[in-house]
Amino acid sequence: MRRSVYVAAVGMHPFGRFDGKTIVDLGVAAVHEALRAAGGGHGGFQAAFCGTVYGGVAAGHQVLTALGVTGMPIVNVEAGCASGGAALGLATQAIAAGAYDTVLVFGMEKMPRGVIRSSFFEPWREQAGLAVTPAYFALRAQRLMRDSGVTVEHLAHVSVKNHRHGVHNPYAMFRKEFSAEAVLRSPMVCDPLRLYMMCSPNEGAAAVVLSAMPPPGATPHVRVVAATLRSHLPGNVLGEHTPLSGLAVVDVPSPTELAARDAYEAAGLGPDDLDVVELQDTDSARELLSYEELGLCPAGAAGQWIADGRTEMTGTLPVNPSGGLLSKGEPLGASGLGQVVELYWQLRGEAGARQVPDARVALAHTVGRGANASVVILVSD
Amino acid sequence: MARRAIRDGLFTMPDDPGAARLLAGYCAACARMTFPAQALCPCCGADGCESRALSPDGVVEVCTTVLNRPPGYDGPLPFGFGVVELPDGIRIISRIREPDRVVPGTPVRFALDHLGADADGNDLVTYAFAPLPAPGRWGRD
Repeated sequence: MRRSVYVAAVGMHPFGRFDGKTIVDLGVAAVHEALRAAGGGHGGFQAAFCGTVYGGVAAGHQVLTALGVTGMPIVNVEAGCASGGAALGLATQAIAAGAYDTVLVFGMEKMPRGVIRSSFFEPWREQAGLAVTPAYFALRAQRLMRDSGVTVEHLAHVSVKNHRHGVHNPYAMFRKEFSAEAVLRSPMVCDPLRLYMMCSPNEGAAAVVLSAMPPPGATPHVRVVAATLRSHLPGNVLGEHTPLSGLAVVDVPSPTELAARDAYEAAGLGPDDLDVVELQDTDSARELLSYEELGLCPAGAAGQWIADGRTEMTGTLPVNPSGGLLSKGEPLGASGLGQVVELYWQLRGEAGARQVPDARVALAHTVGRGANASVVILVSD
Repeated sequence: MARRAIRDGLFTMPDDPGAARLLAGYCAACARMTFPAQALCPCCGADGCESRALSPDGVVEVCTTVLNRPPGYDGPLPFGFGVVELPDGIRIISRIREPDRVVPGTPVRFALDHLGADADGNDLVTYAFAPLPAPGRWGRD
């Protein structure tokens, strides 16, 4: 029988730019806070999974060495933008299967400045101009505009919404409201995406302690009821695995659709059961695409969904109450666990001015390079 | 200045630039095309994909314009970037010339783009698609 998996404690270092702090400093801050909150004394966990993409060799080991808690297996996990979700999935499986009773999961990143660059692309692709990440985002946005009636006003609306939410998040990089006019006047990056429609790669860390036992202390308890990871299937020329070709006739599910399907099945829940969602808003169009891929709205309805305000704090299903990556920025290894930390606070009623009332079921979603997509479903009881 | 392809095996580069073609891999087992060509079919895993020249004519599915210099790129700016669908049943990620003239469905033809001189002084060449002349354009020229 599979065991329940509880979130025993969380910790978070704000997302932003922190000159003078190393990636290890960021990780130590988040892990230290989570371990202290878990109250397990010095250590108290039997395994650790660390999500990071740019962290380098054994980055997770360096954090736990600095904290003086080592000896247990420490595994560094790289799954692009879904690294944190992937690490959480491994920890959840280990506890559910009875391999460990308590597992530390953390993610951290200190991204280079500017447009994301990685060893993923061979140098010739960069030289040919065929490795421009924002341009890929723009092509997906154009496809969504063609298929789902999405307009540039809808794209601006996503950015306005998430920045409005982010004002209340002390962990966010940008805590400022923008008008739709300001978003639509911001510099063009790749048509139709403008600067204020795109998130910033940055720095930060987040940590979660998972346990097979309900943690001592005040209810509600938060459980992980699904933590799935899927990769891409071949065929889609604009898939997140960023190939140079695809099939002309293609009807393959995206990694997000695959991960969501698995997660809903594992949890025995569906999109209608969700009270709050944190999802991948690398750019405004990515948020709208995620509405459809996660089944939050019918296929082709994403534009209408944002226009109707359904994903506002006052809407039927608030999305990205934290302000999303548009407000927080995206430290790849930490972003997915940052979502989980936010949703833990939401489910415990501890989210302050950005609290979604009576939230009991929450979903976190990340997708990106690989391709990798992760979906985490949390419930409170 | 000697011409050098940005990568071997992507396209042919005959003396007549109009005769240049993209090279794909064709899998006899699943009848699918892949670009760039490789021996193993990335759709079904079968070995022995054969090299095939792709049709030079296609239509644009979606297209955007890269305005800012991306890391690792020294070529001309701005440039078009998009998806071109070819009658061979394949969609290609490509540079697209004159992106301001291009909308979804615009007919385009294969072309070679010059990126400038490489470190050894060679003329660095990559692949692209260019919109066909608009109807009536010749009359104005």
